[in-house]
Amino acid sequence: MLQVSVWRGDASGGYRTYEVPRQDSQSVLDVVTYIQRNIDPTLSYRFACRVGMCGACAMTVNGVARWTCRTHVSKVVKGNAIQIAPLANLPVVKDLVTDMREFFDKWARALGRFFPRATRKDDFARVDSASPERVAANAGIECIGCAVCYASCDVVSWNPEYLGPAALNRAWTLVNDVRDVSRRERLAAIAGDAGCHACHTHLSCSERCPKGITPTAAIAGLKRATALAAWKGEL
Amino acid sequence: MNSVGQGYAAAPVPRRAAKPEVWLWIAQRASAALLAVCVLVHLFTIIYAVRHGLTGEAILGRTRGNTAGLTFYIVYVLAIAVHAPIGLRSLCQEWLGWRSASLNWFVAALALALFVFGLRAAWAVFVAPV
Repeated sequence: MLQVSVWRGDASGGYRTYEVPRQDSQSVLDVVTYIQRNIDPTLSYRFACRVGMCGACAMTVNGVARWTCRTHVSKVVKGNAIQIAPLANLPVVKDLVTDMREFFDKWARALGRFFPRATRKDDFARVDSASPERVAANAGIECIGCAVCYASCDVVSWNPEYLGPAALNRAWTLVNDVRDVSRRERLAAIAGDAGCHACHTHLSCSERCPKGITPTAAIAGLKRATALAAWKGEL
Repeated sequence: MNSVGQGYAAAPVPRRAAKPEVWLWIAQRASAALLAVCVLVHLFTIIYAVRHGLTGEAILGRTRGNTAGLTFYIVYVLAIAVHAPIGLRSLCQEWLGWRSASLNWFVAALALALFVFGLRAAWAVFVAPV
C-alpha cells in the first residue's frame, strides 16, 4: 500500500492522506486516478493524453514539478509515501488544478505568436535547416506549455511580473524565425525587469523540463540579442 | 491582419520602457569584465605588499606620483561604482519588492558615494603629498 498525501481545497487547503494499492509500472497519474475513481470522486485534477504529449497533468510530486503521466511511482516514492500538490507559482483553483491563465497571458505578452512576413499569395519560404537561426529555433520548438519550468522558477516566485522560462523560450524561437516580421517589437517586449534580464541562470527550468529543452540558453540568447539591438539603436 | 493576402501587421510596440534596463544590463556585464581583471591585480598587489613586509611608508613611497597606478584605480573605482549599485538594485527589487522611482535615486546616490570615496582613497595613495 502507498501512503499518498494529496493537496485538497484551494490555496488555504491542506494535505489529506489516501491508501492506494501498489502496482507494477504504476505512474503517479495512475495513483491520482485511482483515488478519484475508488476513494474520493470529488478530487479534481487535470489530464488528457496520458502519454506525455499534452502537458496537462503536471503537478508537484514530492516537491518537484513533473508530468505525472510520465513519472513512475518507483522513481519518486520515498519508503511507501508520495506527496502530490498542484503546480507552484500558479493560483490553485481546487485540489490539483491550477489557474493557467497568467502563464499563457505571459506568452501573449512576450509576443509569443507568429507575425508572418509573407502572404498567402507568396511562395513557400525556404529556410536552410542548418542555418544558425533555424538550429537555435529548433532547440526550443518542442515546448508543449506544461508549465513545469514556470513552477520550478525561483525568479517567478520573487517577481510575479516575470514572463518566465516558457514564454521567453517561445519568444527566442520566434526571434530566430526568419519568416517573422516582429523581431524588434518582440525584443522590446521581453527586455527588462519582467523579461529576460530578470533571469538568474539558476537553471531549474532546464533541469526540470520534461522535453529536455534548455530555456536558460534561450534567455541568454535573448539577452545577447537585446544588447545588440540596444547597441544598434533598434530597441 | 486579414485573410485575403493583404499582408500582415507587425506586432504593436509595447509601452513598457525596456531600453534603460538593457543598458543597465550591458553596463553591469561590461563593468564585471573590467572587475575580473582589476580585482586580480588589486589582490595580487596586496599579497605582494604583505608578503614582502612593506611598511605603510614604503608602500606610499612607491605609489605616490605613480600615474599608471592612479589611472588603474580610477578605472577600478569607476567599475565598482557602476557594477555594485546595479546589482543592489536587482536585489532590492526581488527581495524587498522595492520597484518605485525612489530606488533609482537610492542606487544613483550609492554609485556617486562609491565613486567619490573610492577616488578619495586612490587620491590619498597615489597623489596626496606625505
